[in-house]
Amino acid sequence: MSLSPYVPIVGLFALAAAFALFSVAAAPLTGPRRYNRAKLDAYECGIEPTPQAAGGGKFPVKFYLTAMLFIVFDIEIIFLYPWAVSFNALGLFGFVEMVLFIGTVFVAYAYVWRRGGLDWD
Amino acid sequence: MNLAESPKLEDFGHDVWWIILIKVVGIFAFLVVMTLFTIWYERKVVGRMQHRPGPNRVGPIGLLQSLADGLKLAFKEDIMPKLADKAVFFIAPVISTVCAFTAFSIMPLGGMVSIFGERTPLQLTDLPVAVLLVLACGGLGIYGIVLGGWASGSTYPLLGGLRSAAQMISYEVAMGLSIVAVFMTAGSMSTSEIVAAQANGSQQEIFGSTVTLPGWYFLMLLPSFLIYFISAVGETNRAPFDLPEAESELVGGFHTEYSSLKFALFFLAEYINMVTVSALCTTLFLGGWRAPAPITTWWAGANEGWWPLLWFTVKVLILLFVFVWLRGTLPRLRYDQFMRFGWKVLVPINLVWILLVAGVRVAANADNTVRYAIYGGFAVLLVGIIMFWPAKKQVEPASIAPEKLPEGSFPIPPMDLVVPPSPRTKRIEHAAAAPSATPEQGE
Amino acid sequence: MTVTDILLLALGAVAAGSALRVVTTTHIVRAGLWLVVALGAMAACYLVLTAELVAWVQVLIYVGAVVVLLLFATMLTRAPIGPSPELDRARFPAALIGLGSGGGLAALFIFGYRWGKAELAAPGTAGVLGKEIFSGWVLPFEVLSILLLAALVGAIVVSRGERS
Repeated sequence: MSLSPYVPIVGLFALAAAFALFSVAAAPLTGPRRYNRAKLDAYECGIEPTPQAAGGGKFPVKFYLTAMLFIVFDIEIIFLYPWAVSFNALGLFGFVEMVLFIGTVFVAYAYVWRRGGLDWD
Repeated sequence: MNLAESPKLEDFGHDVWWIILIKVVGIFAFLVVMTLFTIWYERKVVGRMQHRPGPNRVGPIGLLQSLADGLKLAFKEDIMPKLADKAVFFIAPVISTVCAFTAFSIMPLGGMVSIFGERTPLQLTDLPVAVLLVLACGGLGIYGIVLGGWASGSTYPLLGGLRSAAQMISYEVAMGLSIVAVFMTAGSMSTSEIVAAQANGSQQEIFGSTVTLPGWYFLMLLPSFLIYFISAVGETNRAPFDLPEAESELVGGFHTEYSSLKFALFFLAEYINMVTVSALCTTLFLGGWRAPAPITTWWAGANEGWWPLLWFTVKVLILLFVFVWLRGTLPRLRYDQFMRFGWKVLVPINLVWILLVAGVRVAANADNTVRYAIYGGFAVLLVGIIMFWPAKKQVEPASIAPEKLPEGSFPIPPMDLVVPPSPRTKRIEHAAAAPSATPEQGE
Repeated sequence: MTVTDILLLALGAVAAGSALRVVTTTHIVRAGLWLVVALGAMAACYLVLTAELVAWVQVLIYVGAVVVLLLFATMLTRAPIGPSPELDRARFPAALIGLGSGGGLAALFIFGYRWGKAELAAPGTAGVLGKEIFSGWVLPFEVLSILLLAALVGAIVVSRGERS
């Protein structure tokens, strides 16, 4: 494998980055600038903004659990891809392996489900 | 069908530098024009669905409306909120935009063409793991949103950004699982090879008889296609899954504090992402750039030269129409419904479907004992699913008692908030009670 | 020096530099961002070494999932905008431990390989890797599923425990 198929990707990446950086940098120059204290405050539908909770506030632990679940399934997916691509060569043995793997992860999934980890209230 | 026109993986990476340059600029221009067009198209279609004409002032049938809007944004004040983290606030829209553009680099727009005498595939580039690049760019795009929301130093964007990130990672799982069946059938993760694999119907042995299956995967792998499309809508934060920017709850979501060109970049990234997921859907399930079946029987040259670009664009626009259609039809889901749908419906269906496809493929090539064992296994699985189907839980009616919240949470107004009567109602009631008395002033 | 060498050196420098920023910056969320850069540079190193699938897996899993989890975890507790001065402490022992373990690893590598040359294996395409994993490394693969199970159960226990 050579890296040459990646050159166009880097090209598109560079063009997009140049365009985005230029736009972001140009924005203060093209627009007007009229100072107003209220304008620079946090927007809360026109009322006086509530002071930021210390440290940006706390969030439900659900988000953490979702991210954890995401990692586990992401790893499962990552193993499914090479398995799927070489599926025809692997045959029955590969199928049995994957049934066991998905089965075990499914146990974890069922456990999370039963413990209410998938419920958002 | 002419398979010789279909590029192989070895055809990529040999372009001269100026061909690469032309292609890069071409893809960039294609995406920007598609974005401008899609915004107009969406407003026009939604307008028609609501018996309105939609934009029709700027340019012929309003076609230049989105260009005018974009230019106007450039001349708006660029606001940097006082509490913002300046550097991150600055970099977040750049991350979103760059990821959105880069994801499109492996989309096959056509077969072999000649540009100024050079024979080259009508595709920027291709990799053996091309689809992973799109998924990775989608994953990186989350950072633009969650950092944009966090760096604004404001409550609504923070909540919107976090919601958005949780939503995108949940639906990324469903999306990632839905394309496994495609890889299995095509035997490759390269986009050009997946398109080539759909060119002809494959011979498949089902229950002992040989059947020629239709080439496009959306027929053969219908559940995968449906799950992919549903999760694509969730992944791009579009209605009915547009919770991160639920106007009634979060003003504008993660980009509430953004204005001017920074806002335009987020907008651009959102629409490019829509085009990208539609293009990937076309590539994986709708035969890519190949002309639909009836056209190829009448006209043999439909897949040659630059024509594929037309078929590709038409397919993408049809999918984008579905996006707009959904937006015009369905109300927004609640967050808990949305997450439940993603994790409790899409993911298990996906896993069972993958095993089913794999099992059928193994059974087709195996001897009878193994075949009966696999079908028996499926039967057991089916019975198991029916037996353990989660019973509907008794939902207790919503109470209006104030919730117990941990220290440091955001305040929530009481649910039984009674709006005090307006001065006018009071005055009228007062007048009705004592008709002779003069109404009091300034109540 | 070939192009590959130069690319590897440059990417290694980016990875090391941004990793240093991860531990020296006092902005907690920006530390996460620097971690993204460091892990991304690592992915690019894999790519240069022709391990294409591993490179994209690195991006998908580490950059796209693990750092998101870290960001969520910081936002769950506290992620203030601006520097957090109390993050910046005990630099000297940390530097010592870091240098020590880094130097130890480097010495181990140099001792192990000297200046010998290793031929690059066949490109790590999905097909090749799939056949390798699912025929030669079956047991680790199945054990991994148990690990994932344990991780999820742990996450549930941790998150539920906080509530009660």
